[in-house]
Amino acid sequence: MAAILELKQVDKMYFGAVNTQVLFSVDLSFEDGSCNSIVGESGSGKSTLLNIMGTLDRPTNGEIIIDGRRADTLDKNRLAELRNETIGFVFQFHYLLPEFTAMENVLMPYLIRKRRPSREILQRAEELFEMLGIAKLKRNLVTRMSGGEQQRTAIARALINNPKILLADEPTGNLDSETTAKICGVFREINETYGNTFIVVTHDRGVAEHTDRIVEMKDGKIHTDTKK
Amino acid sequence: MSFKIAVRFLKSGGSQTLLIIIGIAIAISIQVFVGLLIDSLQKTLVDRTIGNSPQITIVSATDVATIRDWEVIVERIRQSGVTKVISVSASANAFIENGNRDLPVIIRGFDFDSADRIYNLGDSLYEGKRYEARREVLIGKELKEELDVHVGDELLVILPDGRVSTFTISGFYDLGVASINKTWLLANLITVQRMFDFGDRVTSIEMTTNNVFEADVIAREIENQIGNEDLKIEDWKEQNEELLSGLEGQRISSIIIQAVIIVSVVIAISSVLAITVLQKSKEIGILKAIGIKDLPASLIFIYQGLLVGLVGSTLGIILGLALLYGFNYFTINPDGSSLVDLYIEYDFILRSWLIALLASILAGVWPARKSLKLSPVEVIREG
Repeated sequence: MAAILELKQVDKMYFGAVNTQVLFSVDLSFEDGSCNSIVGESGSGKSTLLNIMGTLDRPTNGEIIIDGRRADTLDKNRLAELRNETIGFVFQFHYLLPEFTAMENVLMPYLIRKRRPSREILQRAEELFEMLGIAKLKRNLVTRMSGGEQQRTAIARALINNPKILLADEPTGNLDSETTAKICGVFREINETYGNTFIVVTHDRGVAEHTDRIVEMKDGKIHTDTKK
Repeated sequence: MSFKIAVRFLKSGGSQTLLIIIGIAIAISIQVFVGLLIDSLQKTLVDRTIGNSPQITIVSATDVATIRDWEVIVERIRQSGVTKVISVSASANAFIENGNRDLPVIIRGFDFDSADRIYNLGDSLYEGKRYEARREVLIGKELKEELDVHVGDELLVILPDGRVSTFTISGFYDLGVASINKTWLLANLITVQRMFDFGDRVTSIEMTTNNVFEADVIAREIENQIGNEDLKIEDWKEQNEELLSGLEGQRISSIIIQAVIIVSVVIAISSVLAITVLQKSKEIGILKAIGIKDLPASLIFIYQGLLVGLVGSTLGIILGLALLYGFNYFTINPDGSSLVDLYIEYDFILRSWLIALLASILAGVWPARKSLKLSPVEVIREG
């Protein structure tokens, strides 16, 4: 199967009083529609890797190829466009906008580009709410929802533009084990239903076990790469 | 969407938003209040100083007090179209007897209708009627009180050469200036011309213009046009230099006050919005992560500036006008008339409103630039 996301010889340095290198010549490729996890100790560089894959951060050296296009050379606005259309994010904290309802938050990635939601997009939103089991809460302000519900809303937001890639950074880091299990099931279901490429960064081996491929990071390098 | 986000951010700001709006409203109300009050004060002062008097006067520059061929001069000025009203007058000094004391007076001969348009004679006539017959005269309020006379009484006027003329008092005027009320006797032009053997000549040509503050320029224009060295052309501005420099000082201080207010409005909005950028950095970060571009991200803050500016300045103008009317209601002269006549300049209000709006938009620029520097990664990393 073709690669949807490729990293070639990616280095990441942080320059400051003390220069620190976080990633060392990382070569990594993810197949379209695959379900992957990146694990590692804290400080292993896994989150930095995810941010670079999501174009939120730029590599110091190396190439990022997303859906066949070089991403590391694009300007700020082009990157914003690329992220909006191709990548969905779920973070440890939901980062929903507290001033808006669940529905408005979910539609946000669509609305920052287009004036009015199309019928198709509204239907898709309804579908996502249904699938994530939060259909009753869609008119609620996000501040009036539980942690698990907020995270599900954030997942729906990540999926609204039907991105080819879904990146999740410790998506269950803030949730109890029961909710974590549910969310993992949801990710699996999404991957199977919509065929998005799914990449989750986690320190939780249990979460990683839900995926088909586990990449282990250690000291800024790929330590192991296991496919089931 | 940027607009909607701006509105929601402001709403969620609650008391912070309310405070900044109140701040803008108070600042703009003071700006409008000070601007309109000083403007009204100036107009009131000018109006009370020269409102009922000629702005430009042509008199003889030679020993002979009278002006010959005045009809030609008047016609030429009239044709040039720079004046509003032109009136001629034949005036001379005389005395009237009051017991065993002679009171010095100036007897002024006017064509009532054209002089009325300069001096507002008709309205100042508070008892009796205007002079019509040759030997009728109007006298001022203070002189009437001093002489204790009534309409229809006879008045003996003594000319400098000792001749005596008898007039009938047809009415009393009040031009609002005691020294005029006390000394001017108003009579027919022809009456005065004959009394003093002026022939058909006059002693002054008086006029008003459409723009009182351009009187000096117009006076020079007329001077060039007539080109007669025997005539002296005076304008109110050279006779009221102190008043004018006072007004100018007032005008400049008013502008400085207004400018300082606008600058502080910009700083206040700007700093509050900059705080909003910090408070909302997570939201901005996530909006960037999900793909908002630079322009719509900046617009969120520009719109916030515009919105608080719009509401604040509109309230400010209403409040400023209320203050002004309140001030005018409570500051009155002993006779119950207002201290300052209000001139509400709608142009000024509109201009103040637009400047406040522009300033508010400008105030959003700095926070907007600050938000552009926000990197989503930093926000996300910090959690």
